[in-house]
Amino acid sequence: MSSLTRTQVLGLYKQFIKNANNFNDYNFKNYFLRRTRASFRENRDVKDQEKLNLLYTNALKDLGVLKRQSLISQMYTFDKLVVEPLKTEHE
Amino acid sequence: MLRQGITGLTRVSRLLRVGANSRPALSGGIRLYSKAASNAALKFADDAALETHTDTEAAAREQTVTRAAATSSPSEVIGSSTSALQNAYAENTGFGTRPIYLDMQATTPTDPRVLDTMLKFYTGLYGNPHSNTHAYGWETNKEVENARKNVANVINADPKEIIFTSGATESNNMVLKGVPRFYKRSKKHIITTRTEHKCVLEAARAMVNEGFDVTFLNVDNEGLVNLKELEEAIRPDTCLVSVMAVNNEIGVMQPLKEIGSICKKHKVYFHTDAAQAYGKVPIDVNEMNIDLLSVSSHKIYGPKGAGAVFVRRRPRVRLDPIFSGGGQERGLRSGTLPPPLVAGFGEAARLVVQENDADIAHIKRLSEKLTKGLLSIPDTSLNGSAEHRYPGCVNVSFAYVEGESLLMAMRDIALSSGSACTSASLEPSYVLHAIGKDDALAHSSIRFGIGRFTTEEEVEYVVDAISKRVKFLRELSPLWEMVQEGIDLNSIEWSGH
Repeated sequence: MSSLTRTQVLGLYKQFIKNANNFNDYNFKNYFLRRTRASFRENRDVKDQEKLNLLYTNALKDLGVLKRQSLISQMYTFDKLVVEPLKTEHE
Repeated sequence: MLRQGITGLTRVSRLLRVGANSRPALSGGIRLYSKAASNAALKFADDAALETHTDTEAAAREQTVTRAAATSSPSEVIGSSTSALQNAYAENTGFGTRPIYLDMQATTPTDPRVLDTMLKFYTGLYGNPHSNTHAYGWETNKEVENARKNVANVINADPKEIIFTSGATESNNMVLKGVPRFYKRSKKHIITTRTEHKCVLEAARAMVNEGFDVTFLNVDNEGLVNLKELEEAIRPDTCLVSVMAVNNEIGVMQPLKEIGSICKKHKVYFHTDAAQAYGKVPIDVNEMNIDLLSVSSHKIYGPKGAGAVFVRRRPRVRLDPIFSGGGQERGLRSGTLPPPLVAGFGEAARLVVQENDADIAHIKRLSEKLTKGLLSIPDTSLNGSAEHRYPGCVNVSFAYVEGESLLMAMRDIALSSGSACTSASLEPSYVLHAIGKDDALAHSSIRFGIGRFTTEEEVEYVVDAISKRVKFLRELSPLWEMVQEGIDLNSIEWSGH
């Protein structure tokens, strides 16, 4: 595998945030946003190409899970939590 | 295929038309109507919403009605009390209605990553993991063994030492009944504590009926077992010591390593009920000399209905199985394993290891925030040891407030005054009694559970809501008034009627 570019990693990060935001469930949404931000920050200074590639392939797998599960979260919905502001439908 | 489907549909609609024609009064216009309707139905099927919404509020309302009907007091009393408490509810318009979930000791939400692992077992991987004649069996068996490895990994055990069960209750029963039954010829004594979970206490009680002696150890007012007392309680015919790792009500962590070394010294088997501890506090079965350990899947964001028991192989711990059957799980727990649940459990176990640092830091931070916020309300106290505890379980007593009425005033937060098993009864918690709390304080305590998915915003909301409502309920309470006037409540002689 060739070396990862900055654009590739940033694109992956964007995908994670986008899919985490797709969760209908408040707690899951916030959890995945928090974990995405934290883990990308955590690995920000990794320079070792081999480790980077491993992280990248694992992240792609996780992204698949996130994509599927955020869809499921949109299919099986529940009332909003008391801390969640309601958005009016016609905005 | 598609063509067949369409012809099938027309056939159905023709049948419908025949049906409509057979009703003389409705014939005529109906034919046209039914055609339009079937077209509409077809169209609807194309852009039907995939979303299925669960209206949780309706269920809550129904529950309230049932409960109101069950209580002997007439409905008007309930009506008036609700109106009196009206300003105690946060009637925030523009926000949702579903309560914040803070009862993580009862159960935890299933992690989406766990569900993702489980789904393929409900869609294609349906083989029996014990079938070894075909690929369907092999593929599920592979996943089950992978799960076993992940479950063992959390407590540094060997995968062969993990027996899958239906949950911690089954695991506890298996151990508490199985080990003494196996050694019943020479050993007749079991030791456990007063603060155990109901399933351990009841299983031990059942063994009394079978002729075993059971010692229920007391705990100090921090909730900890006295090691000297434990050592003195061990007799030559003691076969099993069972002490829970983390208490389900007060979150107190027992000194497992010390207990393990005492048990090893006296050559007694050491069992720990780690339902609340597994994956949350560090446990190493070898370092702590644990011989048997019970685990539940749904306390670690896994599916409900799965659990495991760790049974040491070297030196071998033997037990009589409760279930007789096909000899699955080393013959200790016969019956086909549920691969979806087991695989979900395995994934949950993998995740608690992977997310360990992040989870601990997050839960600790929120727990400190919550504890600080709640204890800043006057006349509140934390139950159980402040040091030896799992931070995700915070049990606080609010003096001069009735716990149940606080819970009633807290429709927007899902909390419990104790374990879910006993929350149906109004009697005060036996665990709080065991740590020396009187009835009044035991009645006024509430357990808060924080988990991986709890957010900071939720904790802030809870602290704010509780502070306001405790203040409000105290203003209603005559006891609080008396305390404010400087009357010592213990000096009053109440006359009973």
